[in-house]
Amino acid sequence: MSLLDDFMVRAILAGIGVAIAAAPLGSFVVWRRMVYFGDATAHASILGVALSLALELSVFLGVVMVALAMAIAVTLLSRREYAMEILLGVLSYSALAFGLVAVSFISGVRIDLMAYLFGDILAVSQADLAVIWLGALAVVGLIAYRWKALLISTLSEELAHANKIDPKREQLILTLTLAITVALAIKVVGALLIAAMLIIPAAAARPISRTPEMMAVLAALIGASSALIGLCLAYVIDTPAGPSIVCVAAFSFAATNLVSLASKR
Amino acid sequence: MSLIELKNLSVAYGSNVVLRNVSLAISQGEILTIVGPNGSGKTTLFRALIGSVNPASGRITRKSDLNIGYVPQRLHIGTTLPITVERFLRIQRNSSWQSCVQALEKAGIRELAQKQVSDLSGGQFQRVMLASALLTQPNLLLLDEATQGLDQPGSADFYRQIEKVRKETNCAVVMISHELHVVMSASDRVICLNGHICCQGTPEIVTSDPEYRALFGTGTGGQLALYRHHHDHVHDENCDHDHSKISEQ
Repeated sequence: MSLLDDFMVRAILAGIGVAIAAAPLGSFVVWRRMVYFGDATAHASILGVALSLALELSVFLGVVMVALAMAIAVTLLSRREYAMEILLGVLSYSALAFGLVAVSFISGVRIDLMAYLFGDILAVSQADLAVIWLGALAVVGLIAYRWKALLISTLSEELAHANKIDPKREQLILTLTLAITVALAIKVVGALLIAAMLIIPAAAARPISRTPEMMAVLAALIGASSALIGLCLAYVIDTPAGPSIVCVAAFSFAATNLVSLASKR
Repeated sequence: MSLIELKNLSVAYGSNVVLRNVSLAISQGEILTIVGPNGSGKTTLFRALIGSVNPASGRITRKSDLNIGYVPQRLHIGTTLPITVERFLRIQRNSSWQSCVQALEKAGIRELAQKQVSDLSGGQFQRVMLASALLTQPNLLLLDEATQGLDQPGSADFYRQIEKVRKETNCAVVMISHELHVVMSASDRVICLNGHICCQGTPEIVTSDPEYRALFGTGTGGQLALYRHHHDHVHDENCDHDHSKISEQ
């Protein structure tokens, strides 16, 4: 019996992989105030699950495609000048609702909807693990490759133009990596909590970071240790795994913010 | 030779002509202020100077060693991105630590190098933007409403710093501003723009010009029209800018 046969080890490795992909991307989501962007894309993934099952595609592929379509739609809409929160809210929740309805239409396949909504990290296979780690490497690699241009266009679009950087192109990279991350994370934390894995570790890292790189690395550390501690808790006190991970991340958010508040006094 | 010279420049966005027949030369070391109501083409004129818009007609001649530093309208940098002033300056041009310190010194904010950008006041941040523009040691500095949103002492300080920079580096300074009384007193030359150049000259000449008064009212200048200057165009009934409306602002 090899080490990776153990479901707990696979779960922990999957959680850490997702945390590493989510950290730099989540930092950009926090810096650019695009929480809605992560939310809407994650919700659309349920529609992707339905599509994959109907067309007998791999779930990863279906989710990436639908998430990408949603992320592009949200990006285009958010460029308009007037407040788009309402339309974004409508999009986000209708994608979720249509996804849930569509899944219910698929007969013959008995699927556990809860697994896609809240994740099923304890059922991660070796193949899933390979996909998660390859995907995470692709996301981190892509963001690292465009790091400087992404940072400048996040600071200000005007600065980007002045430095001959196309902020729309950089935004597209975030859109693409978001779609991949959503597809990686659906099995680990589920569609409803993907946005939490993006935002909470990054937000927890913010008050204790002095540079953008430090924030991304700390977010990865916080996310990975949340996955580790959350899974152990889930194992010991028998709680749902995905939500337990997010709960631990939320505690670390409270902790770093309290520490930074206290040190400013 | 002038640093940059515009000859009968016209710029249009589609069918919308924003600048008509603008001729203008900027020489080393002078401070030139552009005033004009919203939509009068001030920012477009800047873009033409920088070379980011193509003129519909006319000519732009740049001196071979022309190097433009640009301070944009106040940027809004989110407070969620942790970054120090030094890094903020260096990330854009891969500048050395030394040139970064020099630029900060010229902008009068050497002590802010290690501060977080999110902790800066509005005035401090504008100086950081000034330092950023000074990094390439420009001989022409463009300021686009650089003091918007600053309080009066803040913007007065800022303009004093600009004056100092000009003295030290002998660069030309072109600024767009709505703070007429502050800007005018510091300028060698003022151009009143409203799609075309309405009038230009020393601050005294411009403030006394009837066209300037029609645009901005008499409150800011106050002097009587004792000075003469040459009007480069005539207003007839076809004139498409409505001076009376703007003067009510």
